[in-house]
Amino acid sequence: MNTRLITGLLVAVAAVLALMFTADNYVLRLATTVGMYAALAWAWNLIGGYAGYPSFATAAFFGLGAYAAGVFQSFGLPFALAWPLAGLLVAAFAGMLGRAILHLRGHYFAIASLVIADVLRELTNVWTDVTGGGMGLNLPLLSLGGVDGQTQFYFLAMLLMAALALLISWWVDRSRLGVALRCIEQNEDAAQVIGIDTRSSKVAVFMLSGLVAGATGAVYASWVTYIDPTDVYDVSLSVKPIVMALIGGVGTLMGPLVGAFVFLGLEELLWRNVLEFHAGLLGLLVVALVLFLPGGVRDLRRYNVWNGLIRLAPWKRRTT
Amino acid sequence: MKSLLVLEGVSHRFGGVLALDRIDLALGEGEIVGLIGPNGAGKTTLVNVVSGVHRPSAGSIVFDGKRIDGLRPDRIACQGLARTFQIVQPFPRLSVAENVAAAALFAGAAGSIPEARHAALEHLEFCGLLPQADKPASSLTLAGRKRLELAKSLALRPKLLFLDEVNAGLNQSEVDHALELIRAIAKRGITIVLIEHLMKVVMKASTRVVVLHHGQLIADGTPAQVVADPQVVEAYLGRSYAAEQFAQVWA
Repeated sequence: MNTRLITGLLVAVAAVLALMFTADNYVLRLATTVGMYAALAWAWNLIGGYAGYPSFATAAFFGLGAYAAGVFQSFGLPFALAWPLAGLLVAAFAGMLGRAILHLRGHYFAIASLVIADVLRELTNVWTDVTGGGMGLNLPLLSLGGVDGQTQFYFLAMLLMAALALLISWWVDRSRLGVALRCIEQNEDAAQVIGIDTRSSKVAVFMLSGLVAGATGAVYASWVTYIDPTDVYDVSLSVKPIVMALIGGVGTLMGPLVGAFVFLGLEELLWRNVLEFHAGLLGLLVVALVLFLPGGVRDLRRYNVWNGLIRLAPWKRRTT
Repeated sequence: MKSLLVLEGVSHRFGGVLALDRIDLALGEGEIVGLIGPNGAGKTTLVNVVSGVHRPSAGSIVFDGKRIDGLRPDRIACQGLARTFQIVQPFPRLSVAENVAAAALFAGAAGSIPEARHAALEHLEFCGLLPQADKPASSLTLAGRKRLELAKSLALRPKLLFLDEVNAGLNQSEVDHALELIRAIAKRGITIVLIEHLMKVVMKASTRVVVLHHGQLIADGTPAQVVADPQVVEAYLGRSYAAEQFAQVWA
């Protein structure tokens, strides 16, 4: 187990270094996006996977983190302080939000979490003095040795966010909190009867989810240097992490990472070619996943694809 | 005998229905109390109110010297009051051992996850479920799930255990096995409240029987006294059953 972990780490570090010094900026930009997607998918997996609460609040956390970091920097704070502060602010926000809506279950929770991003977007639009309103907010450009330096820097920063998300998920996965959350996910009433403080457990993991998504939003804001309300509170930021977790396996430690890679691959290859209908394809993909691969791509093992084709063949029909 | 659980004037209302009507009840340490009554008498409501699922509309509940009415279920479980569910509630995708370990980890106050697993295996052995320890809980038979409920409750290290119909749906030999288990649990010094429809089980196992009818306590005494009580006969047992029991008790 330990040797596997060390090998994995070494391979990851080697891959990162190789990418940084050999890949062109397009590939590096894609890799940065993978890091961002993985961080968001891990953030969602904490509340949606381990606790089983179908949260659509990821966009709210992400946008709030982006704006908090942007506003902090417009007041003169350096990014190194603004990013973690933004993460903590979003975690506190998630704590209050969780206390208010985590007693709702199933669809009710999903709907309640869905509207949060809309409320924050409207507030951001209205509070023009600080946020710039609908005009958006410009962030200071960091002087990091030209375009290449910038790309490499944000690649590493986003990987750091993914690493933070992985570290938190790894801890939750094996902690008392993780046991509590799995019990809550499977039977919340029974969980309470064996002495689990269900509310505190859910609020705690919601805060961790907010911390990761908020900090990722903060890095994103600096990376793109300009944010506006429709961009960072976009509902697709809530939906995509769910799709990634579904692809990789909900409630598993490495599922979100697998999902982030597969999802970005699909996005690049397929959706750039069918721009008009890519949202529709996203919907179809979710339906197909839930119906046929509820455990993610690892469920593919259960389907013997070749036998399936033979069974569908016309000369085999009506034999049973 | 020291009272472990004392209910004073406990009522519970669902809208216009008075499910529990001013219940006064004191349970002593080491008792095995049979709680019986017709369907809808309020037996499960009583368990739900005591275990914190419902907050009582009126009255006070004192457990082990502390007021517990109005506390959350997890707080009450941590103080040593455990209950099983009439409809069994395992965590289906955890293994049998993980189910029990989770109980040991929280209300059972195990210090760590390995320690909780160790405790879980002991309780599984006690309940005869050790061979199934690593199977998913959803693979157990009904009798197995009922025993899993028992093992989970024991892992909470309770002082008082409410068993809500742990024998319902079991065949004769499974019932006998469950009865042995209940007696063995009582020998560990755990006070037990048996909620049962099977009169034979109640009569065999209980040291005391209380009867609920329309949310009121209508009888409280030894099994023999309760069976002879005319109100109980009228409300629940029926005359022929009572005559049969009389014959057995006095034979």
